[in-house]
Amino acid sequence: MTNAIEARALGKRYGRRWALADCTLTIPAGHVAGLVGPNGAGKTTLISLATGMLAPTTGTVEVLGGRPAAGPGQLARVGYVAQDTPTYAGLSVADHLRLGAHLNPRWDAAMARARIEQLGLDPKQKAGKLSGGQRAQLALTVALAKRPELLILDEPIASLDPAARREFLQVLMNATAEQELSVVMSSHQVSDLERVSDYLVVLVASRVRIEGEVDGLLATHHLLTGPRRDAASLTASQQVITESHTGRQSTFLVRTSEAVIDPAWTVDPVSLEDLIVAYMGHASTESAEIRMLEVKR
Amino acid sequence: MIWLTWRQFRPQAIAAACALAAVAIVLIATRPGLSADYTAAGLSACHAHCATAASIFLDRVGNFDKFLDFAGVLLIIVAPALMGLFWGAPLIAREVADGTHRIAWNQSVTRTRWTIVKLGLVGLAAIATAGLLSLIVTWWTSPIDAASLAGGSAQAATGGNGVHVTFNGFAEARLDPVIFDARGVAPLGYAALAFALGVTAGVLLRRTLPAMAVTLVAFVAIQVLMPNFIRPYLLPPSHATVPLSIQNGIHVNTNAGSGLSEIQLTGSFAKPGTWVLSQAFYTGRRVDPYVIVTSSGPELVMAPQACIPTPGSSGINPADCQSALAALHLRESVIYQPASRFWPLQWIETGIYLLLAAGLGWVCVWQIRRKRTP
Repeated sequence: MTNAIEARALGKRYGRRWALADCTLTIPAGHVAGLVGPNGAGKTTLISLATGMLAPTTGTVEVLGGRPAAGPGQLARVGYVAQDTPTYAGLSVADHLRLGAHLNPRWDAAMARARIEQLGLDPKQKAGKLSGGQRAQLALTVALAKRPELLILDEPIASLDPAARREFLQVLMNATAEQELSVVMSSHQVSDLERVSDYLVVLVASRVRIEGEVDGLLATHHLLTGPRRDAASLTASQQVITESHTGRQSTFLVRTSEAVIDPAWTVDPVSLEDLIVAYMGHASTESAEIRMLEVKR
Repeated sequence: MIWLTWRQFRPQAIAAACALAAVAIVLIATRPGLSADYTAAGLSACHAHCATAASIFLDRVGNFDKFLDFAGVLLIIVAPALMGLFWGAPLIAREVADGTHRIAWNQSVTRTRWTIVKLGLVGLAAIATAGLLSLIVTWWTSPIDAASLAGGSAQAATGGNGVHVTFNGFAEARLDPVIFDARGVAPLGYAALAFALGVTAGVLLRRTLPAMAVTLVAFVAIQVLMPNFIRPYLLPPSHATVPLSIQNGIHVNTNAGSGLSEIQLTGSFAKPGTWVLSQAFYTGRRVDPYVIVTSSGPELVMAPQACIPTPGSSGINPADCQSALAALHLRESVIYQPASRFWPLQWIETGIYLLLAAGLGWVCVWQIRRKRTP
C-alpha cells in the first residue's frame, strides 16, 4: 500500500521565518485523514508542498509515491481544493466543467453534470455570483470529476456556515464511498473532522503529536479518574497525555495498549475532540515545562 | 489549455477585433479619396522629378485625412503599450492575485505548459493585432509616404534646405524616428516586447496594478532609448562631405541700412528619405579674423568683409562676396543612414525585439517552474 503523503524532514522557509520545519509524517492511502493543529502549525504549508504549489526548502515530500506536480500523470492522480475554494469569477459553472474536461484525461463529465444538477446550480451562472458554499461545491466537483486517487482539501469549510458545511461534508463522504478515494483534509474544526475522518494527524509547530486510525486511537486512550495520586505512580505502559488534580481527585488521559486493571480507577472512553484538544494542549504544556527547566538551570 | 486560454482571453480579443474593425472601416472608406488626389496630382504617372506633383498632392490632402495620418501614427505607437498593460500584465498576475492559479495548476497540465500556452497564444494575438494595424495604416498612408519621398528629392535638386517634407508636424519620411516606429514590421516586435514585459512584471510582482506601472515605464524607456541611442548604429552609418557654395547651402542676407550681414549655412546634403544623424560645418583653411566659422552651429554670425555692405552704400558686390565665401572652402560633413536602409533596419530591430520578448518569456517560465508562488 502506498502512502497518500510521506514527508521526510520537510521544511519551508520564508526569509528567516520557518513556516514548516523538519516535519516527518506518513499518511497512508485508503483513509479520510484529518490533519488538525492550531493556527500556524504548518498545515497549509504542508499541503502546499504536497500539491507542489510550493517547493520545499529542506527535505522531501512524496504524494502517492511520486514527486508532487512532477508531470501531467502525477497531477491527474491528485485533486486539490485550495483554501477559500478559488474559482474563475468571470467563468460560468458550465465553463468550469468544460475547463476540467479540456485539462484532465480522466474527466468524468456525466458525474460532474449530475453533481451540478444535484446541487441545484445554474450552469449559466457566473462563478463570481455564487455563494461561498456553492463556490466550494463547484471547486469540489471540479476536483472530484477529474477522478483523482487522492483528494487534498485545505480548510475547505472554514468560511462556510454550518448548513453549507454539513452539505459539503455529506457530498464529500458520498464521493469517497463511491470513488474509492483517499482524502487528506486539514481543518481546525474538530467537530467536522469527527464526522468524516477515520485517520488523524495532529500537527503542532511542524511536529506530529500523534497519528493513527481513529478507532485505534480511541481504543488506546482512556480517561482515568480516581483518588489523588502522582503521575509517576502510574504503570510504565500508561503514557500520560494530560493530567489534572483537585484536592482529592486526579484525572489522567493516558495512552496504553493494555487494559486498565487497577480497580481504584474509574475508566471512561474519550471522544475524538477530547483527544485532539488534549494533544494540542499537551504540546504547549510540554514546551512550558521545557521553559521552566531552562529557567531552573 | 488552448480552450481555457481562449475562454479567458475572449473579452479582450473581441474588444481588440472591434477596435481593429472600426479603424479598418474608417481607413478603407477614406482611402479612395486619397488615391484619387494622388492620381489627379499626376503622381501615379510620374517617375522622375515629381516634386511639383508631390507638392500639389500634399497641398490637396484635406484636414480630416491629415488627422487620420496623424492618428494612424499615434495608434501604432500606443497600441503595443496598451497590449502590454492590459493583456500582458494581468495575464498571470491576476491569476495569482485571485488565487485561480491554484485551480489551473492542479488540473492534469503542468504549469510549464500552462505558462507557455498562455504566453504563446496571447502573445501571438498581440503580434497579429499590431501587424494588422501596421499593415492597414502603412497601406493607407502609402500615397503620402511616396509623395514625401518624391518631394524631398525634388527640394534637394532645387537647393532647398530640407531632407524631408515636413507634413503634419513631423517629417514624413520612413526613416524618421517617429514614422519608422509606425510603419513596416517594427510594430510587431514592439507588441511582442511590450506584452512580454507585462507578463514578466506580473510574474515577478504578482499584482496587476504595480505590474502595469512597471510595464509602462520600462516600455517607454526602451522606446526612447532605441531610436536615439541604438537604432542609428544598428548598421554602420554612411558619411559624406559636401562643399558649400552660395548656390548650394549658403544663404546670405544683407541689410544695407544697418551694415550687417548674416550668413546662414543650411547645408546642401539632401538625399530623399535619408536619416541625418549629425550635420557639421567645417572650413579648410585660415579665414579672415572677422569671420567666425564654428562647427557647432550652422549660423555664421559675422561674414567676410566682402559680404558686409558699407553703411549707406547701395549694397555689396555679389561676386566679391561669393568669391570671399568660396575662399573659405566651407563644407558640410554629414553622418546619415541612407533611405535604402529602411527595410534592413526594420528587420534587425524587429528581430532584436522578438529575441528580447522570447528571453522574457523564458524568464516567466523559469520563474513559475522554480519559485512556485503559494
